[in-house]
Amino acid sequence: MNDPHLTTTAELIALNDLEALRRLPNLDRTPFEARTLKSGILTALTWIAALLASVPLLSVIYMLVVEGGSRLDWEALTALPPSAFEQGGGFGNAIIGTLVMVGLATLISVPIGLFAAVYLAILDPDSRLAHSVRFLSKTLTGFPSILAGVFIYAALVVSMKTYSALAGGVALAVLMLPTVVLAAEQAMMMVPKKMKDAAFGMGCTRAQVIWKVVLPTGAPGILTGVMLAIAGAAGNSAPLLFTALFSSYYLTSLTEPTASLAILIFNFSGMPYENQIELAWAASLVLVMVILLFNILARIIGRRKY
Amino acid sequence: MNATPKTTVAGAVPAAPAGAVVMNCQIDKVFYGDFLAVRASTVPIEKNKITGFIGPSGCGKSTVLRSLNRMNDLIPIFRFEGKVTYHGQDIYDKKVDPVVVRRYIGMVFQQPNPFAMSIYDNVAFGLRLNGFKGDLDERVEKALKGAACWNEVKDKLKNSGLSLSGGQQQRLCIARAIATEPDVLLMDEPCSALDPIATRRVEELMLELKEKYTIALVTHNMQQATRVADTTAFFGVDISQGSRTGYLVEMGPTRQIFEDPQQQLTGEYVRGEFS
Ligand SMILES: Nc1ncnc2c1ncn2[C@@H]1O[C@H](COP(=O)(O)OP(=O)(O)OP(=O)(O)O)[C@@H](O)[C@H]1O
Ligand SMILES: [Mg+2]
Repeated sequence: MNDPHLTTTAELIALNDLEALRRLPNLDRTPFEARTLKSGILTALTWIAALLASVPLLSVIYMLVVEGGSRLDWEALTALPPSAFEQGGGFGNAIIGTLVMVGLATLISVPIGLFAAVYLAILDPDSRLAHSVRFLSKTLTGFPSILAGVFIYAALVVSMKTYSALAGGVALAVLMLPTVVLAAEQAMMMVPKKMKDAAFGMGCTRAQVIWKVVLPTGAPGILTGVMLAIAGAAGNSAPLLFTALFSSYYLTSLTEPTASLAILIFNFSGMPYENQIELAWAASLVLVMVILLFNILARIIGRRKY
Repeated sequence: MNATPKTTVAGAVPAAPAGAVVMNCQIDKVFYGDFLAVRASTVPIEKNKITGFIGPSGCGKSTVLRSLNRMNDLIPIFRFEGKVTYHGQDIYDKKVDPVVVRRYIGMVFQQPNPFAMSIYDNVAFGLRLNGFKGDLDERVEKALKGAACWNEVKDKLKNSGLSLSGGQQQRLCIARAIATEPDVLLMDEPCSALDPIATRRVEELMLELKEKYTIALVTHNMQQATRVADTTAFFGVDISQGSRTGYLVEMGPTRQIFEDPQQQLTGEYVRGEFS
């Protein structure tokens, strides 16, 4: 007679209808039930893992700011590196060297990478060449970067008989290329087929479809890939070791040994002098800021406009 | 089968168009690889009329429609035997450039597919492509008005075409297609992704557009065919050979196809006895 669907708990208690009370669905939280416990523990674990993952990054940045921040002044950014017992000095030439070589690498790797990606994503995605290129690019992204240096040493430095910014730039380009190719291919593949169909339906040639629809639509993704490749190249010292080497002077030509931030950090951090070690910290901070800048730029440019 | 007895002859009943024929599609065989998708069918498209294509799924409506502007050329395994004359010229002739064909014979797709650009740039796309030199603003406005979406978008021409609702996107795509004033407009189930109200608007639009353009329309919706099509082509599937081959069963004035079909199959289909 007491329908639990029509009666509240309070009424049932008042009626002392225990039978009906038991039939009421229990919606209370049960924090100590196995299921709830397990879910809680798992959530906590993921939290801890996320925290742990950010610890190294945050501590590195903290150390860089504390150790390098104190020496980061105009002199450090513009002066030439000091010699052994000299005080003061800076790494202006290394900043220029890094920018020039990364710029060169971008100029080389982006056009080649884009054209390769157009081939992979649109022109002939299933050909044997495309499969090989894709496989090689994937393999190369995980390749030890020092091998890029050794390769360019053999290919360029030996024949030019000198270490140079050119060789350094090419080595960095070799390193960037697979990242650019894969990111650009991915971005172009993401352009919906129906958009390409629309362009063909309007009477576009294949080149026009690529140029007017696929590239602009994929541009944010492509740019993000390029920026990430640049950030990766800027911080890499291994490929420059055998190609650009180092120089204590400002760059005057592309065919002479050239300083870079990465090599300067590598050299100075191992020296037994306080001044050099401080500069290595400051240079590291600058390098991280440059890389951060490129990542932020990637985000801003990469933001989808439409 | 309580309808008036009809012939059961397999093969097309040739349509006898009254007006000027802009395109005449004379299919012999259409293949995807080894698969014979459509066999001998003749489909004339009359000027300033809406020609509706109806028939069960997989009977080759889209295949025939997309043969009319050589969109199927983009499918590597597609092979067309026969001819499609457009103002007397066979568009499958070797010397014909399919890219140019598509500039005269525009297309609106089943899924609205605006480009990831502003509304304005979407409509201006084809004009710029063709190197249009006149007043771009004016033509964009005209096309948007023609597609009955000017009032909704006139204040946000710089917004993304993708920010519009599905129905608005489809009308934007129609605006994009008519901006270059093509001769013929091919529409492949243009309303299938739209709600009933948006569908009505697009249908009204088609009726306006046929004053200036010639339209070929694939539709799954038989009410739609009766509402807008002047001529209707009914395609069927022949499974007798163990394969599924589409062919034109019957074509004629829409009223005749729906009220007095000459083929038994047509009658069964339009009465909803199979789909
Ligand atoms: N790209 C393709 N590759 C291979 N076969 C295809 C391709 N496109 C269509 N077909 C085949 O051709 C036949 C006709 O297809 P089509 O898309 O023209 O049919 P439809 O009448 O438009 O069907 P629906 O009403 O479902 O859209 C089908 O059997 C289909 O499987
Ligand atoms: Mg179809």
